[in-house]
Amino acid sequence: MKLNTNSNVYTIVYASVIVIIVAFLLAFVSGALSDRQTENVRLDKKKQILSALNVDLAACADPAAKYDELVKADPIINSEAVVLAENGGFEVDVKAENAKDSLQDRRLPYYRCEKDGETKYVFPLRGAGLWGPIWGYIALNDDMSTVYGVYFSHEGETPGLGAEIATPKFQAQFAGKSIKRDGVLTYISVLKAGQSDENADHVDAISGGTMTSRGVEAMLRDGISQYEKFLNK
Amino acid sequence: MSLFSKQSKEAFLTPLFTNNPVSVQILGICSALAVTAQLEPALVMGISVTIVVALSNVIISLLRNTIPMRIRIIVQLVVVAALVTIVSQILKAFAYDVSVMLSVYVGLIITNCILMGRLEAFAMSHGPWESLLDGLGNGFGYAAILVIVAFFRELLGSGKLLGFEVIPQSFYEAGYMNCGLMLMPPMALVLIGCIIWVQRAIEAKNE
Repeated sequence: MKLNTNSNVYTIVYASVIVIIVAFLLAFVSGALSDRQTENVRLDKKKQILSALNVDLAACADPAAKYDELVKADPIINSEAVVLAENGGFEVDVKAENAKDSLQDRRLPYYRCEKDGETKYVFPLRGAGLWGPIWGYIALNDDMSTVYGVYFSHEGETPGLGAEIATPKFQAQFAGKSIKRDGVLTYISVLKAGQSDENADHVDAISGGTMTSRGVEAMLRDGISQYEKFLNK
Repeated sequence: MSLFSKQSKEAFLTPLFTNNPVSVQILGICSALAVTAQLEPALVMGISVTIVVALSNVIISLLRNTIPMRIRIIVQLVVVAALVTIVSQILKAFAYDVSVMLSVYVGLIITNCILMGRLEAFAMSHGPWESLLDGLGNGFGYAAILVIVAFFRELLGSGKLLGFEVIPQSFYEAGYMNCGLMLMPPMALVLIGCIIWVQRAIEAKNE
């Protein structure tokens, strides 16, 4: 018997079967790979933190071990600088915490690290670029003011323009800048090359990436201000 | 039919030049604008599209006699979407850095007109082996245009190739400046226009 491939029944059965097969296939692939993917995401986060600590990842064979070596603690605090937990900050979802309306409710992780015998503090940052979210980490010296290193990344900024915030060239500008003047938080301004800010340290923005550069400036301000009490302690 | 008959060869070779999906059929332009500001994502995108178009061509070709005509586009779309999702999951698991670099573009392969175009125009009416060759040919044809465009955009726009500085510092000191306009999507369109111009000029001569 030859099937009538244009009958209604055949069409409905065919569609159902295809969808069910594809659904099982995708579920299987996702299930089989999810452990590896989560592991990759965690490893990537560790690499980002190491990158803010100016660790040369290209020369680092085992980033996870390097992370364990440098990061001594990852406490969670709140905006009043009260310690909520001594460890476990790594697991905090910064995006979800930033979405909370009240600053007091946010659980704020930071990372206390030892590098070359000095204590460094790393703080997560999250903000908005031109096309989507941008995020990063900022490492401060133990004076809680001088920037030791930064790391920025983005989801979909324009390659060659806004996406340049993820390059070492842009990030290298931040080292040595101070986020405070006379003990008051002034953050870091991201300004068009040639301009300067009387009231704060500044770095040069990306030419052609103005909106993303502004996003970085706002992200630094929003991210660091949450830790104000802790930084002034 | 033998494996490398004239017909199979044609299925593979014509999309590379005389019937190029981008420069002749004007398909897949949107992604050609999006990923060609730098050479590296353009390369990875070209490879990914080639894999997906070849595999989906084969699958649809195998199914072609069973697919109900009225829902054929939906079936094609489901196959493409499933393949792209799997490719993206595999990239995330085994080549995380590349998947981060491509971000949303991998998902956008689904909307690449070349895929639907080949499935509808070729795989629905040809055998699996020819469809595979046709898919590979079209994928490579697409990748070739992407790479040419990305080559010029990255070279003239940022003075780099694959992220390495290729224009010597002395040029900049002598007053040379990168052309920022090259990094904007419209310049990709202008470059593709130039490629089409050159190609048509060559073809007109041959005729």
